[in-house]
Amino acid sequence: MSSSSLTVKKLAKSYGPFVALAETDLSVADGEFLTLLGPSGSGKTTLLSLVAGLTHPDGGEVCIGENEVTYLAPHHRDIGVVFQNYALFPHMTILENIAFPLKMRKVPAEQARERALAALEMIKLPHIAQRYPKELSGGQQQRVALARCMVYRPSIILMDEPLGALDKKLREHMQLEIKRIHRELGTTIIYVTHDQEEAMTMSDRICLMNAGKIEQLGTPDDLYFRPRTLFVADFLGESNLLPATLTASRGDEVDVLIGDRGITAKATANGTVKPDTNVHIMVRPQNMVIEKASAANAGHFQATVTDVMVTGSLTKIYMSTDEGAIPVLISAFATRISGETFNLGDKVALSWHASDAVVITEQPEAPCP
Amino acid sequence: MSLSTSRTASAPMPAWVKNALMIAPLLVLLSAFLVYPVGRLLSLSVLGTEGFSLDAYRHLFASGLYVNVLWITFKISLATTVLSVVLGYPVAYLISTAPAKLKNRLVFLVLLSFWTSFLVRAFAWVVILGRNGVANNVMMSLGLIDRPINLLYGPGATLTGMVHAMLPLAVMTMLAVMENIDRSLPRAASTMGARPGTAFWTIYFPLSMPGVAAAAIMVFVTAIGFFIVPALLGGRRETMITQLIIDQVQQTLNWELAGSISVLLLVVVLVVFIIYDRVFGFTTLTGEDPASQARRDTRARRAGSAVLAAMGAVSDWLIERFTFKPQRKRAEGSPLALRFFVWTVLIMISLPALLMIPISFSSAGLQWPPSGMTLQWYQQMLDTPVWTQALARSLTVATGAGILSMLIGVPAAFLLARGRIRGKAALLAFLLSPIIAPRVIIALGLFYMFAELKLVGTSIGLIIGHTVVCVPYVVMTMVAVLRNYDVRLDLAAQSLGASPIRTLKHVTFPLLGAGMFSAFLFAFATSFDELTIALFSSGGLNATLPKQFWDEVTLQVSPVIAAVSTCLLVFITLLIFGADRLRQRSLAR
Repeated sequence: MSSSSLTVKKLAKSYGPFVALAETDLSVADGEFLTLLGPSGSGKTTLLSLVAGLTHPDGGEVCIGENEVTYLAPHHRDIGVVFQNYALFPHMTILENIAFPLKMRKVPAEQARERALAALEMIKLPHIAQRYPKELSGGQQQRVALARCMVYRPSIILMDEPLGALDKKLREHMQLEIKRIHRELGTTIIYVTHDQEEAMTMSDRICLMNAGKIEQLGTPDDLYFRPRTLFVADFLGESNLLPATLTASRGDEVDVLIGDRGITAKATANGTVKPDTNVHIMVRPQNMVIEKASAANAGHFQATVTDVMVTGSLTKIYMSTDEGAIPVLISAFATRISGETFNLGDKVALSWHASDAVVITEQPEAPCP
Repeated sequence: MSLSTSRTASAPMPAWVKNALMIAPLLVLLSAFLVYPVGRLLSLSVLGTEGFSLDAYRHLFASGLYVNVLWITFKISLATTVLSVVLGYPVAYLISTAPAKLKNRLVFLVLLSFWTSFLVRAFAWVVILGRNGVANNVMMSLGLIDRPINLLYGPGATLTGMVHAMLPLAVMTMLAVMENIDRSLPRAASTMGARPGTAFWTIYFPLSMPGVAAAAIMVFVTAIGFFIVPALLGGRRETMITQLIIDQVQQTLNWELAGSISVLLLVVVLVVFIIYDRVFGFTTLTGEDPASQARRDTRARRAGSAVLAAMGAVSDWLIERFTFKPQRKRAEGSPLALRFFVWTVLIMISLPALLMIPISFSSAGLQWPPSGMTLQWYQQMLDTPVWTQALARSLTVATGAGILSMLIGVPAAFLLARGRIRGKAALLAFLLSPIIAPRVIIALGLFYMFAELKLVGTSIGLIIGHTVVCVPYVVMTMVAVLRNYDVRLDLAAQSLGASPIRTLKHVTFPLLGAGMFSAFLFAFATSFDELTIALFSSGGLNATLPKQFWDEVTLQVSPVIAAVSTCLLVFITLLIFGADRLRQRSLAR
């Protein structure tokens, strides 16, 4: 194992009765960009501060490379943290801020200065060396925080929602900037965010967390196209979750029955599922095939259009189902390629390709959130 | 009345007229009852009965006595300041890092001492350090001494009393700044490799400096005008300058000399303030950010950071020497030694006044340990009409001063918080002058003026005098409250058809209610505890409670005073408790 990898074993933390992090295992490879994604209170920040050594766990262990560091003080860990509010020292100039970690490592003053200036060069802000944090814009402060963290080449960099306070445009720009620096330095980065789009675009792997537990760990592609739980399917992007009963399976492809009318459809299962199991199938709105209802498609899923929203590239169509026992709203994002338009009150029929419908075996705990 | 008629009823008032009306009462009050009387007093030092003369100053500097006393005053004040800040810093630090529930309790403890009368606390030390007091008793039972030693009337007792009096002020002032220090900064430093000592000294400590500076100046200017503690606990060698001024007026009626000493005292205070302004900037006092002034790379700054880095290195070395191996599960939170120290200080702050409770019920009088249970001291207190009269007088005056301060201070606070006016900083400085100027100078000036107006001994005179010193607290509290108030709520009300007056009545005042009540309480408590102005202007017979307390305690130290102290303590506790409840209820809304 390389010195920049991270392994977490059975790590747990509670605050009184509140379980901030249930027993968790996680390993991050050297040079990987891993995102901890989840709603607020899902345990991602707790996990991050346990790794940073800012909080002590109730049990379990944290290893950086081959060293066990579970209870080691933060200043002995050789990690870098970019804080949510940047945590720039207000009484120090930008240059002093960036040179601070070098000074702590007893780098000679002249050399520290040169390296700090080089870091400012890297974030393309060489002219602000003598200013104070208060005199910078939010985006500039963000970049300084990044430079201050990169300058001492820590083995692992932890980022706690670093772009949370920036506006959309600057955010997207900084996402590219962070990716560029990650490529150039090859550092292991663990990145916390609650923005799914940010997680999808930046990460090698995403660790999606909910209620103190890891829901699913995998590549963005895995999570989006092969969600294993209802939460994952619902959290990432828009999705239609339809309760169904599995009737037959041939390898990955399965047959399901939907609704009390017993519509038959096909779907894809990841792993084996026994027949007669109650499952959900997930279909992304953009994969819904939507047609005007007619005798030809009477066997398809029937619905009535309740809302039509034109967003530009897509037309979002929202529908209420006409099938019994399925009390959900359905959405479909039609492109204009088919040339067909839909209006309020239209009766429609929905279908999908087997590869676009994913079987999720997990059942919701009543009541469903 | 329909909306249209009310709109045509009056032409809009020009903004400057409105602004002037809001601030005018305050300016009139301070001009008539602060600037004028103090100016008169100071001019007395050069204008004797037969025209201009510098005799008073010749006399002042000829004997050496006054300069010597001034020097002693300066030394005691400086020592008090240093000790209060050094002892108070860890307390404020620990409180600022405590979890919310514990923090509320600790702040309550400090506030309780803060609001407990200086008189009660000084008296408590007289009892504790007395021949048969707690201190001697404890030391004898520990075998440190064989027979009671004389602890009172010396520099030790004076300094103890002074520091005890000033500590709560120092803690509260530093706490206000520490609360606003971003806790993630030292944590960030530690992730970058700073060891705990270094993280504290190079990051946290410099950021807390404005609080330290503000606490130091507040303690210093309060201490330099103090006379209760040195008079009750000090000997002849600890006489402070304010006592001399009082003596000149009360015993020798030498107004020229009193005026010239006042000038001397005022000059010292002003010089200290000017130095403070040069070094730290005045804005740190009003809570504005000192970082806005550019502090570029200077030699002093570099020397400062070198010293801090060295402090950090030394404390890191000490921490590593005296703690166990770092690769262990450590208890989270503050180090045990720090917590032990802070609790000791907190107990020392609160305990003396609390000791009055058992003593007031003890038939052994002021002796320690208390023995037997009696209500005779309370009986005596109630049997003496002067106490009940003094209480009634104090309640009248404090209520009057509280209301008057609100009437004058609230409009001014609205203007200062919201109005766009020029010279706001100068106005603020003028407004704070009743707090900064030594109280005795204001008291003497008012006494001189009231004597001419035949207001000495009247409630009206006392109410006016107290309003002068209470109104700055009202304005400061209200400005802080108004800064947190969302003005858009008013605009919303007006957009829904409410007239400005009805907006005030239905939206602004109900929302500001708790804040206004605490401003009133601040004024009420300040007046209720005020001694200096009452000392002169209440006349011989119509004493307020603090004046009566002072007269008794300087005459003889009796257990009845312990009973009075207990009553005051209970009263203040209820007041703070009520205010705190109210504050929490308004926060919950």
